[in-house]
Amino acid sequence: MAKFTQTHEWAEVEQNPVTMGISKYAADELGDIVYISLPEVGQAVTAGEPMCEVESVKAVSEINAPVTGTVVEVNLDLEDSPELINEDAMSAWICKIDATDVPTLMSEAEYDAMDK
Amino acid sequence: MAKRTPLYDKHVELGGKIVEFAGYDLPVQYSGVIAEHNAVRDAVGLFDVSHMGELLVMGDRAEEALNAILTNDIRGMYDGQVRYSLLPNERGGAVDDVLIYREAWDKFWIVVNGANVEKDAEWVSTHLSEYVHFENLSDAIAQIAVQGPKAQALIEKLVDSNSVPMKNYSFKTNVKVGDVCTYLSRTGYTGEDGFEVYCRAEDAIKLYDTLMQAGDTLGVLPCGLGARDTLRLEASMPLYGHELGDDIPVNEVGLGFAIKMSKDNFIGKEALENHTAEYVRLGAKVVGKGIVREHCDVYVGDEKVGHSTSGTHCPTLGYPVCMLRIKKEFKDATLFADVRGRRIQLEVVPMPFYKRNK
Repeated sequence: MAKFTQTHEWAEVEQNPVTMGISKYAADELGDIVYISLPEVGQAVTAGEPMCEVESVKAVSEINAPVTGTVVEVNLDLEDSPELINEDAMSAWICKIDATDVPTLMSEAEYDAMDK
Repeated sequence: MAKRTPLYDKHVELGGKIVEFAGYDLPVQYSGVIAEHNAVRDAVGLFDVSHMGELLVMGDRAEEALNAILTNDIRGMYDGQVRYSLLPNERGGAVDDVLIYREAWDKFWIVVNGANVEKDAEWVSTHLSEYVHFENLSDAIAQIAVQGPKAQALIEKLVDSNSVPMKNYSFKTNVKVGDVCTYLSRTGYTGEDGFEVYCRAEDAIKLYDTLMQAGDTLGVLPCGLGARDTLRLEASMPLYGHELGDDIPVNEVGLGFAIKMSKDNFIGKEALENHTAEYVRLGAKVVGKGIVREHCDVYVGDEKVGHSTSGTHCPTLGYPVCMLRIKKEFKDATLFADVRGRRIQLEVVPMPFYKRNK
């Protein structure tokens, strides 16, 4: 089950490495996504800190790391087809992180109930 | 609090995502910027542009008075003709960019940008000679843009073909669109064929519904500010506050066709005569990965040589472009934009970025 951050990322924290992406809410708010600067494999990331950027026609938005650790794999399909995030945000994963620290994240129900 | 156009409830009903722009609550998108953009390139789209302002200038000396406050020359226009001009200040900057409509030899309309209506009304009324009648009718008039290759087919469903203005930059008065009395203008801000339809504010919803219904079989989509911006950017049309401004000399923005220095006199002429252009407006394609939006510094090596004034991903072209304000001597150099600390290479290309097949 995916867990969620307050900044609209999802993360599958029950397995390591942790797969992550952005929520459907975030994708809908951004509108048509046209570019993503993927993180690099080997990049050290910190929970709650910016990790990469996603751009829609309208705006640019930072994506925060949901957990602390090291990026071990990135979804290269998104480089050519960033619109996959709009089509299905929960299956369009961005990267996998070998986690050294996993903060407490929200359940889907808690995230849905969060005041956005 | 932001003002609302007469179509505000319609936008909400159609699922528009409302943002504040030019002091108005307007939809940035309905179904999505790219879908709306494509509707205008391939079929037809409707835009609420009621935030635009309409200023009326009348009288025996209207032409002469207007010509003294515009960069373009409006002498010799025919009744029913539209002409683009800049509205200059004394320093040679732009108070606004405008469309001049000649309805009769002694009756002209100035159509101005929504964000500038109050400023322009104040400016024009103080600088026009006292012998002409001036009126700001912006709040009484709504405007709907019908844009795209199927715009003519849509309009011809509703309007007797003799009443459709056929020439670009022309208009007809008192045209019935369905039951609504309009001014029908063959103009637009998208790089496509299309119309801008003016009506009384109280008729706006009726006109909008009539146009939507007529466009139903043509693939019409309601379009928001997001698509308006990507469309005008692809067509390389300047936007006030981006490519134009009070402190940007109008002879540095590549709009020479609308500046007639041979005219006897007009506000700002002297300043422009004494100003050698230092900057040029350039169009560039993004070579590297990423998007160069407005306000990015542009470099040649370590030297800052200008900045970006507009930019985004272009749906029709399939890549990002931007417009730049660059010191003239660097117009042929290899340019890099600084995007949040990252240097992205640009390739200067001719404008317009997109040109429709006629």
